[in-house]
Amino acid sequence: MSTREKVGWGIGGLLIVVYCLFPVAWIISLSFKSSDDISNGQFLPTVFSGANYEQILVGDAAGLFLPALVNSFGICIIATFISCLLSMFAAYAIARLDFPGKKLILSTALAVAIFPVISIVTPLFNLWRQIGLYNTWPGLIIPYLSLTLPISIWTLSAFFREIPWEMEQAAQVDGATPWQAFRKVIVPLAAPGVFTTAIIAFFLAWNDFVYGISLTSTEAARPVPAALGLFSGASQFESPNGPIAAAAVIVTIPVVLLVLLFQRRIVAGLTNGAVKG
Amino acid sequence: MASIEMSHIVKQYGDGFPAVNDVSLDIADGEFMILVGPSGCGKSTLLRMIVGLEDITSGDMVIGGDRVNDKAPRDRNLSMVFQNYALYPHLSVFENIAFPLRLAKVPDGEVKKRVEEAAGVLELKEHLERKPANLSGGQRQRVAMGRAIVRSADAFLFDEPLSNLDAKLRGQMRTEIARLQRRLGITTVYVTHDQTEAMTLGDRVCVLRKGVIQQVASPRELYEQPVNLFVAGFIGSPPMNFLPASVEGTSLSTPFGTVELGAERAEKVKGHDLLLVGIRPEYFEDASLVDEAKKPHGTTFSARVDVTEWLGDAQYAYIPYEAPAEIAEQLKALSRELDSDQLRTQAVVSIDSTSRIREGREAEFWLDTRKVHVFDPKTGENLTRDAEAGRKLTEEAAEDRIEQVERAKV
Repeated sequence: MSTREKVGWGIGGLLIVVYCLFPVAWIISLSFKSSDDISNGQFLPTVFSGANYEQILVGDAAGLFLPALVNSFGICIIATFISCLLSMFAAYAIARLDFPGKKLILSTALAVAIFPVISIVTPLFNLWRQIGLYNTWPGLIIPYLSLTLPISIWTLSAFFREIPWEMEQAAQVDGATPWQAFRKVIVPLAAPGVFTTAIIAFFLAWNDFVYGISLTSTEAARPVPAALGLFSGASQFESPNGPIAAAAVIVTIPVVLLVLLFQRRIVAGLTNGAVKG
Repeated sequence: MASIEMSHIVKQYGDGFPAVNDVSLDIADGEFMILVGPSGCGKSTLLRMIVGLEDITSGDMVIGGDRVNDKAPRDRNLSMVFQNYALYPHLSVFENIAFPLRLAKVPDGEVKKRVEEAAGVLELKEHLERKPANLSGGQRQRVAMGRAIVRSADAFLFDEPLSNLDAKLRGQMRTEIARLQRRLGITTVYVTHDQTEAMTLGDRVCVLRKGVIQQVASPRELYEQPVNLFVAGFIGSPPMNFLPASVEGTSLSTPFGTVELGAERAEKVKGHDLLLVGIRPEYFEDASLVDEAKKPHGTTFSARVDVTEWLGDAQYAYIPYEAPAEIAEQLKALSRELDSDQLRTQAVVSIDSTSRIREGREAEFWLDTRKVHVFDPKTGENLTRDAEAGRKLTEEAAEDRIEQVERAKV
């Protein structure tokens, strides 16, 4: 690449990064502004104030935010875990076994994934109220599975297909039962795939708003995105933008951490050297 | 240790295509058996049926006296080396080799002892803590073998284990495998399409064509007394030359002159008008370099040389010849089936490396007619095969094997 090309690519890349990260930077800046500063139209706060964070962590909004944070973590982790476990078996079957209806399962999964959430939330609201799932953790975990399972099955079955079948056959010849071969050979090899899937599933659940706001009513099960919508200002004449920005920043942190922690596992080509080279 | 007996094994795929068709083969305890054939001949399928990765449609597979048709691979106590090694990339070399032992719940101390023993045999000791990804091709190959020898399996199965190595390493590993097999004295089935491997490693070689056994014999017998056109064409490199011929009394007239058969062989080929003579490249020689004493055993002819290849230790000359359309077509089909695509009818002739014969010139050649074979072009059958001589060659090979195994044990 010539210097000119390098510079061109550099500038292009920078533009895209700035374009993508500007809203994030804006929210971070917003979260440090005091309530007087919020609508002053400047990018940087005149004084850096921790008041917004104080408000959501220990102040008035803490009662709304902290339980929601616990709910979000609990519900999303459980939903992710269940979805990974189920999709691992489903994807393995899809990748390895020949059974009637394989195509049907995959296309149904796709259909579920593209089905608009908003259209099922009302019937679900009624149903949940009648069977007592309304405003409970399972009441959110179950719909979250419908969000996360299809995509998990699709990504994981792609990963499983990549694993050379010889691995498993070698394990079987070496004396492994099909279950042992799955557990000791396939699962470790699919680990990067499982991590990727888990992260995608977690984000899907973590970012959900429609189910969160519709199927909960109190802090017993309300997740963060729904709680953010219910923030109010110190008085009714004050907009709650500051605390919302602060909460948004806090909510973003686990997502960023997750990616940073696992990006090496996601990228790692673990199957390198497995077969001929 | 066990013998492997197959009787009337058939493998039929869903669409009814028989990949392996009525194969009966007995492999003796401690024998090194090679399954060889062009791609798609069913050799790998047969191996995978032995190990249990492929279901058997019909027939009996008996290993060490037990019928194993319905046994899972793990219950057959065989070990296998895969073409692409199938090492576990997440485990160290040590754990890769130890994998079968761990599954069998062997105590740690024993595992360590046996893995180190296997690693010692294969010179892998300094690599035990590394991951397969960091090993060279040859080392990976050895790890795969280590995993096979670490437990006392009844038989070793190799599925084209050397095809991913470069030529030099392949030669080394070939002798290594031969030494290892003799030393351990374990029944071995080895699939390959490489005939050097087939000829050098096997006690007996089983040649397959489209799922059907053509001939099972020692490499020498295959080379000198092939049963048909297919085996004759497959074994040997450069391959046997097939020339069209017609019978005239006790001799054959070919594009390269008359080949005298003698009364006995002439009797066998009687009644056919068009025949194929199979002549190995080394039966030819530059006529000027042939000993006068040898000359009466053959015939001399002159031909125009198209191309010569000088390899240092040997020299090949290519001599084009005309063949009737019917024969040319058949030879083409045969060469296609043997995974080569011969474009023109030409004979490959091996001449002494000191020979001054050069391309484009007319030259005198001598042909040793004693060992030529005559084939029926319609059935492919070898009309002049001496079954008795062939049997003797295979018996000799069996005696050699017993002697080698005895010597390796000491």
